[in-house]
Amino acid sequence: MDIALISAAYIASAILFILCLGGLSGQESAKRAVWYGIAGMALAVVATVFGEGIGFYWLIGLGIIAGSVLGWYLAKTVEMTSMPQLVAALHSFVGLAAVFIGINTHIVLSSVMPIIVEHAQTGALPAAYDALSGFAAIVAHKTMAEVAILKVETFLGVFIGAVTFTGSIIAFGKLAGKVDGKASKLPGGHMLNASAAIVSLILLVMYMNGAGVWTLLLMSLLAFFIGYHLIMGIGGADMPVVVSMLNSYSGWAASAIGFSLGNDLLIVTGALVGSSGAILSYIMCKAMNRSFVSVILGGFGGTTGPAMEVEGEQIAIDAGGVAEALKDADSVVIVPGYGMAVAQAQQAVSELTTLLRKEGKNVRFAIHPVAGRLPGHMNVLLAEAKVPYDIVLEMDEINDDFPQTDVVIVIGSNDIVNPAAQDDPNSPIAGMPVLEVWKAKQVFVSKRGQGTGYSGIENPLFFKENTRMYYGDAKQSMGELLTLLR
Amino acid sequence: MKIGAPSEVFEGEARVAMTPDSALQLQKLGHECFIQTGAGQKAGFADTAYEAAGVTVLGSADELFSAVDFIVKVRPPTMDETAKLTSGQTLISFFYPAQNDALMAQAKDTGATVIAMDMVPRISRAQKMDALSSMANIAGYRAVMEAGNNFGRFFTGQVTAAGKVPPAKVLVVGAGVAGLAAIGASTSLGAITYAFDVRPEVAEQIESMGAEFVYLDFEEAQTDGAATGGYAAPSSPEFREAQLKKFRELAPDVDIVITTALIPGRDAPILWTKDMVELMKRGSVVVDLAAERGGNCELTVKDEKVVSDNGVTIIGYTDFPSRMAQQSSSLYSTNIRHMMHDLTPGKDGVINHNMEDDVIRGATVVHANEITFPPPPPKVKAIAAQKPKEKAKELTPEEKKAAEVAAFKSQTKTQVGLLLGGTVLLLLVGSVAPASFMAHFVVFVLACFVGFQVIWNVSHSLHTPLMAVTNAVSGIIILGSLLQIGAGSQVTGGWLVVLLSFVSILIASINIVGGFLVTRRMLAMFQKS
Repeated sequence: MDIALISAAYIASAILFILCLGGLSGQESAKRAVWYGIAGMALAVVATVFGEGIGFYWLIGLGIIAGSVLGWYLAKTVEMTSMPQLVAALHSFVGLAAVFIGINTHIVLSSVMPIIVEHAQTGALPAAYDALSGFAAIVAHKTMAEVAILKVETFLGVFIGAVTFTGSIIAFGKLAGKVDGKASKLPGGHMLNASAAIVSLILLVMYMNGAGVWTLLLMSLLAFFIGYHLIMGIGGADMPVVVSMLNSYSGWAASAIGFSLGNDLLIVTGALVGSSGAILSYIMCKAMNRSFVSVILGGFGGTTGPAMEVEGEQIAIDAGGVAEALKDADSVVIVPGYGMAVAQAQQAVSELTTLLRKEGKNVRFAIHPVAGRLPGHMNVLLAEAKVPYDIVLEMDEINDDFPQTDVVIVIGSNDIVNPAAQDDPNSPIAGMPVLEVWKAKQVFVSKRGQGTGYSGIENPLFFKENTRMYYGDAKQSMGELLTLLR
Repeated sequence: MKIGAPSEVFEGEARVAMTPDSALQLQKLGHECFIQTGAGQKAGFADTAYEAAGVTVLGSADELFSAVDFIVKVRPPTMDETAKLTSGQTLISFFYPAQNDALMAQAKDTGATVIAMDMVPRISRAQKMDALSSMANIAGYRAVMEAGNNFGRFFTGQVTAAGKVPPAKVLVVGAGVAGLAAIGASTSLGAITYAFDVRPEVAEQIESMGAEFVYLDFEEAQTDGAATGGYAAPSSPEFREAQLKKFRELAPDVDIVITTALIPGRDAPILWTKDMVELMKRGSVVVDLAAERGGNCELTVKDEKVVSDNGVTIIGYTDFPSRMAQQSSSLYSTNIRHMMHDLTPGKDGVINHNMEDDVIRGATVVHANEITFPPPPPKVKAIAAQKPKEKAKELTPEEKKAAEVAAFKSQTKTQVGLLLGGTVLLLLVGSVAPASFMAHFVVFVLACFVGFQVIWNVSHSLHTPLMAVTNAVSGIIILGSLLQIGAGSQVTGGWLVVLLSFVSILIASINIVGGFLVTRRMLAMFQKS
């Protein structure tokens, strides 16, 4: 295939990727959009493989087929509740690939360096150049200034890739429960990250001035450390932001690699992914009323005084009481949270919804933007359990309806329904928009025990007069309700 | 412990402090229950029902007073009853200690303990024993029923073949527990209900019950209800004037007035004056729930129903809860049962009269030959202090327009600023970097811009699929490896290039296929109902 044809294919696939992301604006168009993405990817890979100077076709075929089978297996078998982990794990692959590609670039560059030097000195391409094709030829054709830029690009690509790699692995571990979810930092905190970044910068300068491959490798190690430490320091409710941030990083890594390879499609696609991840993170942060920087740097900031005293007592209720209230209610709103995902209760919740809707009750779901551990996590779980998406509403759509609601069932969420966010200026979550469930006539909170939420702050909702605590595992609790209501 | 309920001796009192249900619960706490024969008769609980619940029925009050350790009653004891108390006994009933000094002194001399149900502090924890609230709730409901009984028309408006009926208009003055209950009953009967209260913070509660809050245009820093434990405080003369003026405006329109305004420790304020009654239509009804304390209506006669010269019925009954004896007995006995629950923390029938406990301390008025009234203020405040609400200033159309123009201008400014800044930055980069780099850089900047524009429109519920699909798309990095693997045969150290490229191709493929399939799986689940 000649260059012009490849360029045409690249333009087509870039447009397909844009359509793919844009198509996600609605549930129905999204189904089509995925096909755009798949077509774009296939087109890009095929066009590249049949380009000039590509060899080892059997290895490429083996890699793609083996990878596809593995990916297919993963996608088929993964539980919907472990979706966040899977996405995080997949990000790490992109990061690792970026690191490898960067190292490869260095190997190729150092091996064709004599040609470049000769070219620069004599002004004519040496005979050795004619033996090269494809990537090696492109690199060999560069001027000294372009080589300097290539080095920066490669270095940057490896750096971002390495941070993405370890960061994603830690995020995976935290989401899968293999690493403690709480935010923890090594002594020194951000100073450690900052000094690692500064050392990396020094290494970059040394690398530019001809220091060997060891600078690149040492920088990779430092970047691995930064990724690890950065994500270790962010915990709990901030995980959705972390995942989308890593998503963004993986895009920037691809883009940086695109620069070093001079491949426009890589640049475009990487930038698309990078900016989409960045916007998602921004939307998440806004939903939590947190500044992006403070999320990235970890830890809750801005506490200025003692938290408001919570008084009263948490009054428990059994399944019978909840069932009675549900029988009498006309409008019911269900507020799911991470607890529902943990207990795998979405199926039981869905059955409950069907049952109540059959009796002519108005049942709806209220989804907070940061419910769960991944943006839109709850929507996906409810969709899996076949809850129709038109009764699943966002915070802004439903917040005004709570005063007219008879019964609210809060299943495994805590901070997103915490009235302290509005009432208590000293609360760590002050100012975060929350679902105003306490305005409903009756609130039932399904919860495992009396513990606090992920942010570790007391929730005055549980002490309100119209709140009853329905203790127990969410799945079992919903099951009991179902048997009582049938 | 032995708990016993005597018959109420007060004339016309139908309630009883123990029901078969509450007796069952009390026995679960480890207590024995006794009742005077016929005590529950008027409330609809027969002796046999008590016996079936395991309660011992005793013949006379004397027998009961000497047999038990705990006497539970509704009304305050009479002098005779108090005389029957012996040292070590405990009496639980309404007591109104502030008005009953003599009775308190007499009780002190007997050595008995007296717990006054009306003194239970108004804190969240004690709500389950707040007998005043449960009685007020009943009174509010019953007031509407009594009004309806004396009102010659429907509550709800109807258009019938036999003519159109306008809905009744009800005004509830004072939105405490009784007032809110009255509002609830009246709106559910279909009347147009207005409600007034001096505490502005209850407007929300009033509206939540379906009534319209009568707004008083009066410039005064109104007292925060939280400062007085959630009760109303006396208002200034100017405020009172404004209030009466408003009522005078309303009087010709309303058909039913239910007044519930009480200020703790004072006579009821006169809010519905004689001239207002005169302004009302013939056949209208005033129900005065404050009759016991002198009444909110000037013409109220305690315990009686009177008809004014212009045919307005004014009801001054004070025994509304007793008129619904079965309901009020079951609620009151539950309040008592909760009190006993707090007094027997071990659920083993052993009383622990803990004078450190806010609720028990607050309600105890006589203990160990001493008068313990008034109690110290409770350690926790009943209601969290209201935060002053900032009033959003009403903007005039011109101001709004000006604000819009200003917003548009500032938006334009930031956009133009960003564009200029971006261009300068691009020029700066362009002045140093070689042309080949700039070509790529322009593409990069454009792609970022497109990304920003596209992603804003993605619907919130699709954020997880978006994440999965961008993840799949970021597998585009496979191109890098594909391009590099060929160099493996051309450069020194090529085997490493081939190996690393192969691994990259493998994991990038996992990423691509896994990402797309997972996205499809997720999207396939979204379905319309």
